[in-house]
Amino acid sequence: MATMIQAIRMALHVGEERLGVTDIFGQDVGPPLGGVFTGTQGLETAWNSPLDERGIIGMAIGLALAGRKPIAEIQFCDYAFNSIDMLKIAGNTYWASAGDWNVPLVMMTPVGAGIRGSIYHSHSFDAQATRIPGWKIVMPSNPRDAYGLMLSAIVDPNPVMFLEPKALLRVKGRDGEEIPGEPGDPKALSKMIDAPLGDRSAWKPAWPKLEEYYVSIGKARVARAGKDVTVLTYGRNVPMCLAAAGELAKDGIDAEIIDLRSLYPYDWPAIKDSVRKTHRVLCVNEDTEITNFGEHLIRRIIEELFYELHAPPKLLAGAHLPGVGLADALERATIPQTSGIKAAIDTLARHQP
Amino acid sequence: MIIPVSSGGSGVPRAAANMDMKLGTFTEFSPDVALSVHALMLQARVFEERLIAMYKQGDGYFWVGGPGEEAFNIPLGLLVNKGQGLDHDFLHLHYRSAATLLAMGADPVDSLRQMKNTATDPYSRGRNFVGHASIRKWNVAPISSPIEVQFSIAIGTAEAQRKTKSKGITIVQGGDAGTAEGDFSTCLVWSSRKGSELPILILVANNKYGISTPYEGQHGEVCISDRGKAFKIRGATIDGNDPEVSWAAIGAAMHYVRTERKPFLLEAMVSRLHGHSSASGANFVKNEIDCIARFEHKLEERGLLTRAQMNEMRAHFTAELLEASKRVRKEPQPLPETIWDYVYADKNRREVN
Repeated sequence: MATMIQAIRMALHVGEERLGVTDIFGQDVGPPLGGVFTGTQGLETAWNSPLDERGIIGMAIGLALAGRKPIAEIQFCDYAFNSIDMLKIAGNTYWASAGDWNVPLVMMTPVGAGIRGSIYHSHSFDAQATRIPGWKIVMPSNPRDAYGLMLSAIVDPNPVMFLEPKALLRVKGRDGEEIPGEPGDPKALSKMIDAPLGDRSAWKPAWPKLEEYYVSIGKARVARAGKDVTVLTYGRNVPMCLAAAGELAKDGIDAEIIDLRSLYPYDWPAIKDSVRKTHRVLCVNEDTEITNFGEHLIRRIIEELFYELHAPPKLLAGAHLPGVGLADALERATIPQTSGIKAAIDTLARHQP
Repeated sequence: MIIPVSSGGSGVPRAAANMDMKLGTFTEFSPDVALSVHALMLQARVFEERLIAMYKQGDGYFWVGGPGEEAFNIPLGLLVNKGQGLDHDFLHLHYRSAATLLAMGADPVDSLRQMKNTATDPYSRGRNFVGHASIRKWNVAPISSPIEVQFSIAIGTAEAQRKTKSKGITIVQGGDAGTAEGDFSTCLVWSSRKGSELPILILVANNKYGISTPYEGQHGEVCISDRGKAFKIRGATIDGNDPEVSWAAIGAAMHYVRTERKPFLLEAMVSRLHGHSSASGANFVKNEIDCIARFEHKLEERGLLTRAQMNEMRAHFTAELLEASKRVRKEPQPLPETIWDYVYADKNRREVN
């Protein structure tokens, strides 16, 4: 069973082998390292760029304009902020040129907290990303979705931002979440595709015979069906919400966990169906709470589903602070934790209008 | 032979004489070439004057352009390997590049349409300012308002041309003030990496101003072309007010880039004859060299055209564009619902969900 980072690597391999990917690049993306999280080890088209985020995104735009299929990595989303201008251009080129030029590129970047990353390795990017129209934005919560979303991102004719929840990158899929074609034994897979420590100059991966598997951009997944409260979440918070829901089930509270998977376009029909069923809604994400993507979802729910609601919708998000502190207690106090999610669902479920 | 650099009035810094000047052989234009270059220069000037008049008459919200750069931009447009795809030149221009596009064969009426933001504006369908062209069939990337971003994007088309060993080169152009942006450094760094040098012609049109701030207030370097030295990028600073000097220099620099597949940094000293934009009044500036007046003086001396003939040409172009602007005035404005067109290349209408 692959980890998420192995799943991403296998998707990139399928991309360059069959789907026309020509350039996978960024800082430390090529050999010898193959990515700080190992996501680009052993790939044919991976190369190292200068330490220049604006240049990385600009290069990707130019490659896309020239008819190549680039996948650019920003090593941590914390360092993407100096490239917002370039991200805006990637997003507006098709519109500004009235359909003359589209920009088919993928930008991938690790996001969020959970690895004790302190102030500059814990940022979230979802609020920022959804403020840049013209992009499609996806964020997986498990290896198989990561694989399927990456393949969809690769074949999409638009710029697609692939946000990687960094705390989940080394987490294995659960039973039933296999990537079609991967060997069942994680040790066997590791032996095939993980670069050895030390000298790697002669090493080549032995890729499993992978099948193409696409997760449509814009389609949410019901991670847990329930009838009492709808939880709208994505990325790292999905397993936390599932854990909270599992505990609450013992108390007779049945939460429905919607893993959005795509932030834009997002799956409004799935959200609507769930809210109409449960009448209560909680949004959970790690980004700072002011001008948060969950706020948008709540605004739309209030505007379009007001009379369906039996409780005020709630947002559980990161504290509106300049950063996430390093010490364990500081990180936990800043970013939503399972206990807080559980309490929020519990309160919503018990709320009487 | 050394490219002649005029002293004093041309605005070429003295130190430019120490630059790499083995840039082709400077020769006087043949009569045929002189006459066609002159006609295009004059047409480009009259065209900018028409745009300014349209702005002043309320037929547009804003004007920005390049009157005063014709002696450089017309030869550039004539020397481009025009077409679509990697075997042709990619152009990443700026909003003073209309003369270059005119020389390539663009219809000036299309720019009048963009000025008037009509639905018929082929570059942006009424979305963008004049001077913001996009012509995919000629590899002209969309021109955008942020200064210097095209220098980070151009490396991508150049990299695609390097990787595919195509015949085309990438041409990127900006002004002097914009070289303070990090994107200019990005272009120098990424285009000069050993073993991965890019076939890119880097052009700086130095009009000695950034909006209202003079060159001296923004730069410490004597010549912008000096900045290539640390990267072993060949470069020169030339008198961009002389079309024969410009032709020889652009031709030689292009030849170098085409054959050596390495970057070249060419700085052209030019005039800014109507200020930065309509924001500063767009009135004619009397204390700068007028490249057309100077070239016309030469043509008279060479007995190629009389003053009367040139006056007649000017009157003819003026009348032609005046008539065109009257026609454009009657063309439809974009419909409000078109704002949703061309957001995504796979869905040209609003996401409905």
